[in-house]
Amino acid sequence: MAPRTCALCENAKAMLKRPKTGQQICRECFFYVFETEVHNTITQSKLFQPGDRVAIGASGGKDSTVLARVMKTLNERYDYGLELFLLSIDEGITGYRDDSLETVKRNQQQYDMPLKILSYDELYGWTMDAIVSQVGRKNNCTFCGVFRRQALDRGAAMLHVDHIVTGHNADDIAETVLMNIKLVMRGDIARLGRCTAICTQGEDTIRRSKPFKYAYEKEIVMYAYFKKLDYFSTECIYSPDAYRGHARVFLKELEAARPSAIIDIIHSGEAFEVREEVKAMQRVQQTCKRCGYMSSNDLCKACTLLEGLERGMANAGITDRGRKQLDLQGPAPDNLRTIPFFKIPSGNPIIAIETAS
Amino acid sequence: MITISVKVEFSGGLELLFSNQRSHTVTIPSTDPATSKPTNLQNLIFHLRDNLLKERVGLFVENDTVRPGILVLVNDTDWELEGEGDYVLKDGDEIVFISTLHGG
Repeated sequence: MAPRTCALCENAKAMLKRPKTGQQICRECFFYVFETEVHNTITQSKLFQPGDRVAIGASGGKDSTVLARVMKTLNERYDYGLELFLLSIDEGITGYRDDSLETVKRNQQQYDMPLKILSYDELYGWTMDAIVSQVGRKNNCTFCGVFRRQALDRGAAMLHVDHIVTGHNADDIAETVLMNIKLVMRGDIARLGRCTAICTQGEDTIRRSKPFKYAYEKEIVMYAYFKKLDYFSTECIYSPDAYRGHARVFLKELEAARPSAIIDIIHSGEAFEVREEVKAMQRVQQTCKRCGYMSSNDLCKACTLLEGLERGMANAGITDRGRKQLDLQGPAPDNLRTIPFFKIPSGNPIIAIETAS
Repeated sequence: MITISVKVEFSGGLELLFSNQRSHTVTIPSTDPATSKPTNLQNLIFHLRDNLLKERVGLFVENDTVRPGILVLVNDTDWELEGEGDYVLKDGDEIVFISTLHGG
């Protein structure tokens, strides 16, 4: 095949076919349109205010590494006036997270951003290695997911940031829409609305957004490849098959048949409207009586899981039966290890962060 | 038999299926013995599957092509612009396979 020229500059050789549009474009035009589309997402959704302190949830993986690079580029190019931080959660998984955190530390140097690492060990007194040695490999992802979500908010509170941005991309969101359709059939419609929202904020949580909501995974990976970005890509040792979920495979097959499928699914998720009377029936959010974090019960999920671990009944936070068994053992002992009380910060941070040296 | 030599690189986690080695130099016949046609990228994918792949075949090849979610670059260009599996290999080509399916 004869080399084709870029559909945008009509000058350089086309290097990439955009999945969203089918356009064939060159490397430089690709950088420009990719960055500009993220900029448009940010400005159209009015994600930031000048002076905002923004933490980038950084795992060392492709999405968050590209996000850090693009956020830095756009902040400088368009003068957003943001103060950017890297926030990493160390789950305590030897041979996986310790290696990926090395990547984040290099990103810190490369992008010249302060980095805060918060570990499960520090926050909960348990590493994932220790949790897996107690609960085995069956439900460990439940612990990790619940603990990570709360750790990100708590790390952000320590940094006194106004906002957390995460690297969730269009593929991730479309996948979540597909999985949540199942939940809708079961009656949990609120999730569908939440999962396509670009920005979520409860009364007691820090704003969270997804600037890559409309960015295809293919383009994120191509961006990282062309820019030679340093990222980490190893499967979690406790969940080697996690990325092979049915929804993901199905989505990739849809994309192969019709590349716009991903954006189409996001749009259909957005088009679901939840009627007010249905919203009113949903459980009210409250705060956890033990740790102050948002919760739909007296105790938040993390506190329940932690209590189960501490009392040697790890199922307490997983099944209703486990919870009942725990309750039968009587109330939590006074000397139970708990999570520090959560408070949305105001004023200046008083914690030490690792600054680029 | 005339052969050609191409450089093959695996990344994005795909290297784990290939002895955890990212870069390989692969020598293959310049024509496909079965069809007598010049060797193309699909022939290379089958060659990699049959000779270099160490585990979990299904994570690399599916329906006679790479599994959806694996990006392929021919001399740094998206293979979708080069005819995908029909691209005829040249001596010295650089072929990169990147998995997009591993961790974010």
